[in-house]
Amino acid sequence: MKKVKTIKVDIDKCNGCRACEMICSAFHATPKYSSNNPEKSKIRVLFDPIKDIYVPVYAGGYTEAECNGWDIYTIDGKEYDECAFCRASCPSRDLFTDPDSGLPLQCDMCLDDPPQDEPLCVKWCHADALTYEEREEEGEEAKKKPDEMEVGLQSLVKNHGAKKVMESLAKLKQEKD
Amino acid sequence: MRYAETGYNLEIDLSRGNIERVATDPRDSELYLGGQGTAAKILWDRVGPEVDPFSEDNLLIFSAGLLQGTPVPSANRTSVDTFSAQTGLYSHSLFGGFFGPEMKHAGYDKIILRGKSPKLVYLYIHNDVVEIRDASHLAGKGTMDTAEILKKELRDSKVQIAAIGLAGENRVYMAAIEHYNSSASRGVGHIMGDKGLKAIAVRGTKDINIAKPEELHKLCMDKYTEIYDKRVKYAGDVLTHENNETFHTNSFAWGNARERRKDFWKPEMTAEWGKVTEDHLLRHSACYNCPLDCHASITYPGRRTFFYKCYSKLTYAMAAYKDLHFNYDMIAVTQEYGLDGFSTPQVLAFACELYEAGILTDKDLPDFPKDTGERFFYLVEKIVRREGVGDALANGVYRAARQIGNGAEAYDHNTTKKFEQLPLKLGNLNYPFFLMYATGEKMCITQIEGAFPQDPIRDIEKRKAFVEGWEAAPERFKKWYLEWEPRTQPSIEASVNIADWNETGHYVDDSIGMCAYVSSFRGQFGGRIPYHMYNLPDFISLASGIDIDTDKLWEAATRSRTLIRAINNRRGLRRVDEKPPGDHWKYRDAAVEKQLLDEYYKFKGWTEDAIPTKEKLAELGLDFVAEDLINRGILTDNADTPVKEPSA
Repeated sequence: MKKVKTIKVDIDKCNGCRACEMICSAFHATPKYSSNNPEKSKIRVLFDPIKDIYVPVYAGGYTEAECNGWDIYTIDGKEYDECAFCRASCPSRDLFTDPDSGLPLQCDMCLDDPPQDEPLCVKWCHADALTYEEREEEGEEAKKKPDEMEVGLQSLVKNHGAKKVMESLAKLKQEKD
Repeated sequence: MRYAETGYNLEIDLSRGNIERVATDPRDSELYLGGQGTAAKILWDRVGPEVDPFSEDNLLIFSAGLLQGTPVPSANRTSVDTFSAQTGLYSHSLFGGFFGPEMKHAGYDKIILRGKSPKLVYLYIHNDVVEIRDASHLAGKGTMDTAEILKKELRDSKVQIAAIGLAGENRVYMAAIEHYNSSASRGVGHIMGDKGLKAIAVRGTKDINIAKPEELHKLCMDKYTEIYDKRVKYAGDVLTHENNETFHTNSFAWGNARERRKDFWKPEMTAEWGKVTEDHLLRHSACYNCPLDCHASITYPGRRTFFYKCYSKLTYAMAAYKDLHFNYDMIAVTQEYGLDGFSTPQVLAFACELYEAGILTDKDLPDFPKDTGERFFYLVEKIVRREGVGDALANGVYRAARQIGNGAEAYDHNTTKKFEQLPLKLGNLNYPFFLMYATGEKMCITQIEGAFPQDPIRDIEKRKAFVEGWEAAPERFKKWYLEWEPRTQPSIEASVNIADWNETGHYVDDSIGMCAYVSSFRGQFGGRIPYHMYNLPDFISLASGIDIDTDKLWEAATRSRTLIRAINNRRGLRRVDEKPPGDHWKYRDAAVEKQLLDEYYKFKGWTEDAIPTKEKLAELGLDFVAEDLINRGILTDNADTPVKEPSA
C-alpha cells in the first residue's frame, strides 16, 4: 500500500478569489514571500465568470508532448474543454510554466522548507473549494519526487539533450569563476 | 527599486497611435500614494480647464491602487479618472474584479489614454507587447459579448478585459465600463467611447516587488482571516446574501425619487423574492484576493449572464414600481449595453414622468407602451442609440430637462452638480449628510459616506461598550458618539469633523486600491471595520517602503482631496454649486445650512467660496496649485476671495 496525497476540488464552491494562487506563489517565491505572482503559482483557477466556470487546478507533472485532447465535456449545461481538468504542464498551453525561466511548475503539496501540515492553498481557501486528503492506495510507495531543480533540469535535458545542458552549465560556471 | 508599484505608466495616444512606457516620479507616490491620488496630479498637470471633455486633450486614466497586486487582501479596486461631459467636472469611478492586479503584473501602474482613435479600436497589453488593434468587429457588441469574443480570439483564458457597450460607444453620459462582476460607473464610459476605445485586454506575468515581504505576508494572512470572520457583520456587502429587502424598499424612494413606500415590504416577500434569486443564481463571486463574495451572478431565460452588486439589485424595480423579476431582466439588458445601474433608472423614471405630465408626447415617443416596465425597455433602446428624444435623455436628467424644456426642468429634482443622486426622500435635515451631498466630488454619496455610524446605539451601556473597542475612530469621534442623543443632530463642530472623516477614508482607499466594503464605507454600519487609518499605514509601509503613519496618511488623502477641489475650482465650481438635491429633505434650515458650509470650508482651509486658500495649499505642499489659481484670478493673493457668480 502507498500513501497518496491529494487535493479534492469542489468547483461548485469556488468563488474565484484566487487566494490560492496568491499564497502558493508567495510561499514558493525565492526569497520566500518576496512576490506573489499568480503566473508562478502551482495552482490556478481556470475561470470564466460569464460561463460560470471556476476550476482550481493544481500543477501535476511535466509532459513533453500535447495529448490532442480537444474534446468538449458538458457538465450541468456548461461546456468545459478537456484541458480544463488536466494538471499537466504541457506545451499546448501556457499553464504551469514559470514565466521567467520557461521551466515547468509542479505542486509539491507545500512539503518544501518548512514543510506544512497541509497545502497552503487548502488552508487559505475559506470557500472550502479545496480539501486536503491523504489516503491509502494499492501499489508501492512512490520514489521521492524530484525537487524543483531536478524537474527543471529534466525538462532542459529532454529539450536540448544532456550534452548541451552540461556544456552550458560548464560555460556558466567558467564565466562566474 | 520601487516597491508595491511598478514605477511605470503606459501612455497611449489614440490619435497618433503612439505608445510609450514612461517612468514615474517616486516622490509623487509619497505625496499622493497612487490610484486616484496620482491620477488627480496628472489631470491637474496636463488637462487645463479650457479642455473640453470631448476633446483629444482630455485624458482617461486607469489606475491601479498602490497596494494592488501585493498580498494585501481586498486591495483590488481600479480607479478610472477623467473629465465628464455631463458635469463638466472631474469624474472618478472605481471597479473591482481582476483588472488592476493584472495590469500591474503586466508592468504598469496606470494606463493613460489621450486623443481619439479615428475608428473603433481595442488596446491589447501582454507585458511589454502593447498594441492598438482594430475593433470594428466589436462595434455594437455587448460588454460581456466583447469580453468573450476577445478571450477567444486572443486564445488566452487569463486575459482581463474591461469594455464599453453600445451606450459608451454612443457617448451616453450614463455609460459604464464593465469588467465581469464589477463596473466603473458615474460617467466614465462616455469618455472611453469618445476616444474610440471599445475595450482594454490586459495580461501580465511579471513580479511586483515588496519592501518587507515576510512581515507583510504575516500581517496579510492574519487580516485575510479577520476579514472572513467579520463578513456580513463588519465587512462586505451585507445585502448580497440577504433576501429581506426591507431596508432599501422602505428607506429609498420609488419612481423618479418621488415616493417612500414604508409599508411595501411584507414578511412573506423575503421567501418569495428569495426564491426568484435562488432560481436564477449561479453563484456568489469574489474579487481578486478577497475572502468575501459580494457579487451575485444570475442567469435569466433568454438573457446573457449578468452580475449584480449592492443596491443595483433593486434600482430598476423601484424606479419602475416593479419587482425583482423586472430588475433582473433589466440588468441583463443594461449590463450588456454598459449602463450605470444607479443613474440610468432615474433617467428612465424621469422620462416616464415627463410623458405622464404631457411634456413628452406620442410624437416624441411613438408607440410608447402603457406598462412602466415595458416603457423602461423601450426607453433604454432609444437612449443607447441616441434615437429621437433618447438623444437628450442620454445626457442625463439635468441636461435632458433643459434640452426638452417646456417645464421639464421642474422634474429634475434629484441631481447635484448635474449628476443623478440616490433616490432618497427624508424628513429632517441631516447635518453631516448635508455637507457630504453638498461638497462631495465623488458624485455619489456611497463614495463619500461611511466612517461614522449613521445612528447612535440607543442603550448607553451598549454604546459605551462599542466605543471601547472602536479602533477605527480618532478620540474626538468617540466623545461625540457617546454624547449623541438619538433623533438629534450632532453639533456643527462634530458634523464638520464627521463629514471630513467620512470622505477622507474614501480618498485613502481610492489611492491604495482598497475596497470600501472592508474599509471606508462600512464603519457607518457597525464600526469594527478590518481596515482604517490606524492600521493601514503598516500595510502601506511594509508593501511600498514609504515611511507613513496615521497623520501622514490623513495628510496624503487631504492633499489629493484638496487638489481635486482645485481642479474643479479651475473648471468653475464654487459655493453656489454646493447644494444637496432639491427635495432630499422635507424640512430644511437655510441658516443652519449656511453655518454648516461656513464652518466646513473653514475647517477644510477653503475660502467662503469653496476654494482652497493659499495657506492651506502651501501647508499641503501644493504651492504650485495656489500659484496657478492666483494667476487665473480664481484666488487672490490675500486670503479671502469674494463670492462670485459662477459656474461650470
